[in-house]
Amino acid sequence: MITLLYDGTFEGLLTAVFEVYEHKLGYVKLLRADKHTKTMFEQVMNVVTDEARATRVLKGLKLKLSPMGVQRLYAAHLAEMDGEENILLGYIRYAFDAGQNIEDDYGNKFVMRVSEMVRMVRREKHRMEAFVRFQKLKDEIFYATVEPDFNVLPLLIRHFKSRYADQRWIIYDMKRLYGIYYDLHDTQYITLDFATNSNPSEVMAAFCEEEGTYQHLWKNYFHSVNIPSRKNTKLHVRHIPKRYWKHLTEKI
Amino acid sequence: MNADRITEKLNILADAAKYDVSCASSGSKRKNESKGLGNASNGICHSYTEDGRCVSLLKILLTNHCIFDCAYCVSRKSNDIKRAAFTVQEVVDLTINFYRRNYIEGLFLSSGIFKDADYTMERLVRIAKKLRTEHNFNGYIHLKSIPGASDELMNEAGLYADRLSVNLEMPTEAGLKLLAPDKNQADMIKPMGYLKNAIIQHTEEKKLFKKAPIFAPAGQSTQLIIGATPENDSQVLQSANYFYKNFNLKRVYYSGYVPVLADTRLPALNTSVPMVRENRLYQADWLMRFYGFHVNEIVNTQQPHLDLDIDPKLGWAIRNMQAFPIDVNKADLQMILRVPGIGLISAQKIVSARIFGKLNWDQLKKMGVSINRAKYFITCKSNEFERRDLTGNNIKQFILAASQSKYLKNTQTQLSLF
Repeated sequence: MITLLYDGTFEGLLTAVFEVYEHKLGYVKLLRADKHTKTMFEQVMNVVTDEARATRVLKGLKLKLSPMGVQRLYAAHLAEMDGEENILLGYIRYAFDAGQNIEDDYGNKFVMRVSEMVRMVRREKHRMEAFVRFQKLKDEIFYATVEPDFNVLPLLIRHFKSRYADQRWIIYDMKRLYGIYYDLHDTQYITLDFATNSNPSEVMAAFCEEEGTYQHLWKNYFHSVNIPSRKNTKLHVRHIPKRYWKHLTEKI
Repeated sequence: MNADRITEKLNILADAAKYDVSCASSGSKRKNESKGLGNASNGICHSYTEDGRCVSLLKILLTNHCIFDCAYCVSRKSNDIKRAAFTVQEVVDLTINFYRRNYIEGLFLSSGIFKDADYTMERLVRIAKKLRTEHNFNGYIHLKSIPGASDELMNEAGLYADRLSVNLEMPTEAGLKLLAPDKNQADMIKPMGYLKNAIIQHTEEKKLFKKAPIFAPAGQSTQLIIGATPENDSQVLQSANYFYKNFNLKRVYYSGYVPVLADTRLPALNTSVPMVRENRLYQADWLMRFYGFHVNEIVNTQQPHLDLDIDPKLGWAIRNMQAFPIDVNKADLQMILRVPGIGLISAQKIVSARIFGKLNWDQLKKMGVSINRAKYFITCKSNEFERRDLTGNNIKQFILAASQSKYLKNTQTQLSLF
């Protein structure tokens, strides 16, 4: 058994697949380099991410899978779950070795697990489409912070770009410390430097004047539509788990 | 903008609109053209109230002034409550500003009837028109069709709104006569019939001419109030089925009656909301729409009520034990869908996966099949299967003993009060 170490990117993963076939490796364990602790008698191989090799593997995958299938693989990769690289690697090897398209073979453990991972990532993406709360700043930019479980920002671009085409907006991932910015034409990835010694009054001053009013109206609306005699806290929390509350205007 | 006044109006008019349960924002395919604001493609629930219902649209009444006196409605003429009314501009501002902050998917606008039907409908249409034409707003708009409004206004409404709905409220004409003496069912059905034909006509046109305008792309829906009048589940579902079949409705909503008013014709104020019954009706509705069940298979003259202990699909299965067990590796999709414990997605997974090889219990479980229910009704690639000759009643007892109803906790707390 050989342990392959890669850098956590999708290209890195595809390069690892290339190495597996290049060196005709049998049983391998794929791991992100920063998660690795060395053990005795372990055979370690570093995978150096290589654009050309990754592209070749991707090209091969596109012959074996439908365009949707490749998309789903990428989405599953965004889950960044520990140890799940091996599932992705297993899935890709199964796809290459099988004589037919295996996307629907849910009896296979790799295919089933990938479909579960895709569902988790898609759900998180959908939650973000719902739970992003923009706040309007003085300079007419709509700003929102999120902390999604998975790295779903790349999947959100299309939705928000087509929906809010006439306003500039930023969605910032506070967990992974990067964001997306839309400037009325295109989106780009950004990182922000937050001042460490900012006090609350400065933050309030950055919002446009009507922001407070609309937040207040929204909170009022949220309370008015509740029917107390049907109270069902369990269902409420299942729909909006508590970890999302701190970024939701109506739940703060 | 006078913030306090708007807040008060919003509180009154959102509170009055909340008993309308329709919340869907899906089913439309309105695109964001020419860099405007918003689109309406897939439904999104932006928040959930503490009672667990979703908040997808800004659901408000234009006004709660009403000339009608329907016993079940908080806004009825004889009820002594605060009255308020929004101006057109106020509704537009609220919608746009909430939408830009990603609070909502769009607007759900209903209204009490002031003056007459046409006058009210004309106001509703004017708001939708302003949003679409002046603000280039492409979000979701759901308008109430006011019973008795003229065809010209309904036509205009269809051009601006994504979905239109008339609430039938009572499943039978007799129930309606009892509680809402000013209304009659014929008036409600008329706009539905007009819209149905207009939608069909516009879809045909759209097929021929790409530039033809879209007309109420998310169709029509309606709502039935449950538990205010003594109709049984069979009557409720039969009438829902009638409207699905004859008016191409997208949805029928069932709203458990929340006692808000003291009236001798209605359940007393402290009766609990029939939430379990409401849930069973929705399950039955899903069976009719997605699982290929006919309404008579779920309820009929021998079975006028749905079983509250078990879901209607399990109910059907134990009444029809002669159809089981089935082999999931061979049976048709139609039959697999009828097995309790197998849902739409797992049924499709089974059918596409079994091409690659026969499936066993483990694999079925991984696919999301609820084995503790399904095991009495299916066989698969395994020597283990139910060998006893169980009656439907036995199975019901086994399943009830092994599971706990999510509603049981509610009833227990209510009982322990006494």
